[in-house]
Amino acid sequence: MADLRVNFCGVELKNPITTASGTFGFGHEYGEFFDLSLLGGVGVKGLTPTERLGNPAPRIAETPAGILNCVGLQNPGIDRFIEEQIPFLRQYDTAIIANVSGNTVEEYEGMVEKISDADVDLIEMNISCPNVKCGGMAFGTRPDMVEEVVSAAKKKAKKPLIVKLSPNVTDITEIARAAEAAGADALSLINTLLGMRINIETRKPILSNIMGGLSGPAVFPVAVRMVYQVRKAVSVPILGMGGIRTGKDIVEMLLAGADAVAMGTVMFADPMAPVKALRELEDWMDAHGVKSVSELSGAVEV
Amino acid sequence: MSIQEICRVADCTRLGEGLYSITMHAPAICEKTQVGQFVHIACGEGNLLRRPISICDWQDGKLRIVFQVKGEGTKWLAARKEGDELDVLGPLGHGFDTKALGDKPIFIGGGIGVPPMLACVKKAVGEGAQPRAVLGFRNKDAVILEDDFKAVCEAFVTTDDGSYARHGFVTDVLKEIVADTTGVAACGPKPMLKAIAAIADAAGLPCQVSMEERMGCGIGACLVCACALKAENGETRYGHVCKDGPVFDAKEVAW
Ligand SMILES: Cc1cc2nc3c(=O)[nH]c(=O)nc-3n(C[C@H](O)[C@H](O)[C@H](O)COP(=O)(O)OP(=O)(O)OC[C@H]3O[C@@H](n4cnc5c(N)ncnc54)[C@H](O)[C@@H]3O)c2cc1C
Ligand SMILES: Cc1cc2nc3c(=O)[nH]c(=O)nc-3n(C[C@H](O)[C@H](O)[C@H](O)COP(=O)(O)O)c2cc1C
Ligand code: FES
Repeated sequence: MADLRVNFCGVELKNPITTASGTFGFGHEYGEFFDLSLLGGVGVKGLTPTERLGNPAPRIAETPAGILNCVGLQNPGIDRFIEEQIPFLRQYDTAIIANVSGNTVEEYEGMVEKISDADVDLIEMNISCPNVKCGGMAFGTRPDMVEEVVSAAKKKAKKPLIVKLSPNVTDITEIARAAEAAGADALSLINTLLGMRINIETRKPILSNIMGGLSGPAVFPVAVRMVYQVRKAVSVPILGMGGIRTGKDIVEMLLAGADAVAMGTVMFADPMAPVKALRELEDWMDAHGVKSVSELSGAVEV
Repeated sequence: MSIQEICRVADCTRLGEGLYSITMHAPAICEKTQVGQFVHIACGEGNLLRRPISICDWQDGKLRIVFQVKGEGTKWLAARKEGDELDVLGPLGHGFDTKALGDKPIFIGGGIGVPPMLACVKKAVGEGAQPRAVLGFRNKDAVILEDDFKAVCEAFVTTDDGSYARHGFVTDVLKEIVADTTGVAACGPKPMLKAIAAIADAAGLPCQVSMEERMGCGIGACLVCACALKAENGETRYGHVCKDGPVFDAKEVAW
């Protein structure tokens, strides 16, 4: 039997499969379909200092093998997450990955400080949300700003800090290096790719926010490429995501350089996808005589 | 509590131009279903997202949906044959509370909003109420389920162009009979629901409406199916059609 455990910047995950922030709420809904303890970790909806209402509908448009979304970080605020959601998630034997977003450097500092004192295992800092006006992606697309916001947040972090990168950049390795230099303990990628759809009958954009983030199987090759590039550029662990559907996709993402992975959009098609992928991964490893997940990480042969 | 069930198609019938009825074996889902809930159906390899379809009726472990072909997903669904398998999540969402509508409720459906009202009417009858149905369609060709409704209650049919039954809108009928009613439930296009909510409000009647929005997960995890609601402080907040709805108290909706 393959050993699926992963040590992800000091936190032991029972397997490399986590859920992608924003696709899994706080775990209640998918928890009706499978036992959350099966997961290596649960990535929760992106949190902000205070409640955010999000954008008006429509917030989703389907595309071939993908979706565009412009939810706009609707969430109850970090305090209510800490009070109401952490106790729920702690009933399960899985790592909690809190995901935080801010509009200013000070907001990121405050969020990281607060969540560090709460009972979470990892902090994912989202500097790549394409769906909010200020902050979000604006931070994640310029190396100097990445460096500023990450080093400020890192000073407040008492838990491992994962910096989530935007794919909407010319050179992702430049951003990855800036985040690592500023003290990021790990990187996660990719967030969604900025996209747009138009209703040709009304000539209006389908999404209320005009543009939205593309996710789902359509982005998988882009994600694999970016993880591969970032793996060569930095030495911190990588949480790979973007379009993963199956256990074989996970193997591919690991080979490209990921240490653990997150699954998101695929669950909208099949709520059991992470559980099925877990079994597939295990079977594949056994069939190929691979003893541990770390044997696969970055093992692509070029 | 929602479940994923692989459901075998028992029957797929064409009701009219682009209009279909599918009955499927769904014993586990039927056991938990309440009127006004919906199912989220995987529609073939080419469509990543499931399609939300209201539960029209259910009996003896068989669940019925009635739908209109709009695009690729519903086209795929319409091509199902007896014995084919469907991957279905359900029952989802928060349905109608028929008891809260009193003993003389009115159930209104507009176009493809008609199907979910059928189970509502049957439930109200079962609860000892005397429901009436008002069913509005674009034209004669769009008329569906008329006999199903007439078998269980008094039903008024309208067409927008007068090509069948009464010429006019469901709201014309509602205005005439509203004085003699105890509550209103409706499903259909948003402008219709808004007009109905205003009439019910003016008459001081409870009114429940079933809203529609584009969905992702269908279970409340992704937050894409936002429906603007009135917050306590008078501002707008977003509820979610798949979990808080599809049925909302009309007074809560920020029209
Ligand atoms: C709660 C609920 C109950 C519904 N019940 C019924 C029903 O009983 N009978 C029926 O015929 N239709 C019903 N609909 C509408 C039905 O979901 C859409 O017509 C269907 O999703 C269209 O898919 P398509 O691939 O054929 O069309 P396309 O236009 O190609 O779909 C493209 C994308 O947009 C989404 N979409 C398009 N129109 C709608 C819409 N009106 N509502 C939500 N998503 C949409 C699709 O799901 C898909 O993701 C319901 C919708 C909701 C939200
Ligand atoms: C509906 C939706 C909401 C999302 N919300 C967030 C969020 O709040 N914070 C965040 O960091 N990423 C968010 N993401 C991005 C995902 O976490 C992930 O990076 C992306 O979807 C790619 O993975 P996937 O193709 O497996 O979904 C969201 C994605 C979707 C589809
Ligand atoms: S469709 Fe995902 S929350 Fe409603």
